[in-house]
Amino acid sequence: MIHGISIYEILTVTSILFFIGVYGFITRTNLISILISVELILNASVVNFVIINKYLFPEVLQGVYFSIFIIAVAAAETALAVSIIINLYRQISSVEVKDIETMKY
Amino acid sequence: MERIVFYCLAAVIIAFGVASVTSRKMLRSVIYLSFVLISIAGIFFLVDYNFLAAIQLTVYAGGIVVLIIFSVLLVHHIEMELEMAKASKKIVTAIACLIGLGVFLTAIYSYDFNVINNSLTTTTADIGTGLLSYEAGGFILPFEVISVLLLASMIGAIVIAKGKKLTEKNNQPQ
Repeated sequence: MIHGISIYEILTVTSILFFIGVYGFITRTNLISILISVELILNASVVNFVIINKYLFPEVLQGVYFSIFIIAVAAAETALAVSIIINLYRQISSVEVKDIETMKY
Repeated sequence: MERIVFYCLAAVIIAFGVASVTSRKMLRSVIYLSFVLISIAGIFFLVDYNFLAAIQLTVYAGGIVVLIIFSVLLVHHIEMELEMAKASKKIVTAIACLIGLGVFLTAIYSYDFNVINNSLTTTTADIGTGLLSYEAGGFILPFEVISVLLLASMIGAIVIAKGKKLTEKNNQPQ
């Protein structure tokens, strides 16, 4: 644990980060910006897992494993999302949410 | 000392997080995201999970950010400014997010966490043993599942990114 820092302060920071992500997810109109917001949300949850593991249950490592899996799933998700975005840009020359009416052909 | 480092990291995370969702230049927003991710790796170093910090730096700051930068450069002109949402939508969203944050913080601060004071260090060998253990509490099954997921997403990404040519070839009469 971090000496002199209580768990409340760290959870406050991650909550703020989570809601920054939610704000970006709703207000942005561009697919890549939405992807960035999703990354922020996922990272807030990763830090929460790690901090709760370290502060409340230091003798087990479950939080670390879950964080590793979240990071792996986020990497897979980003790779797929980027390929979808590039494919869409080739077909309709835009990555704005309002221009995307169909995802098939 | 650790207090000061933590407060600096928290300030960087929040400031660049806000900057990355409000910046109107696409590439700058990605760079701000990478600052946020690197500061989170700093928090992992502070709580003494070095392996996790290394993963965060290589996979997130090294892999995902570079992937997003590639897609930005393939899709956008660098100087293009983003279209923003309407001001009314922004204000409503900000108020909703603040209310949600208030609910979160009330819930967190009203709960009495049973914090255990410790300074245990975790070695990479411990993490590896737990990940590959067959016993109760071992994580061998999710480990295998995630490897299949990564393979599937790799093949899917290749197929989707090539998309059009593959379908044209499939539609040709034999």
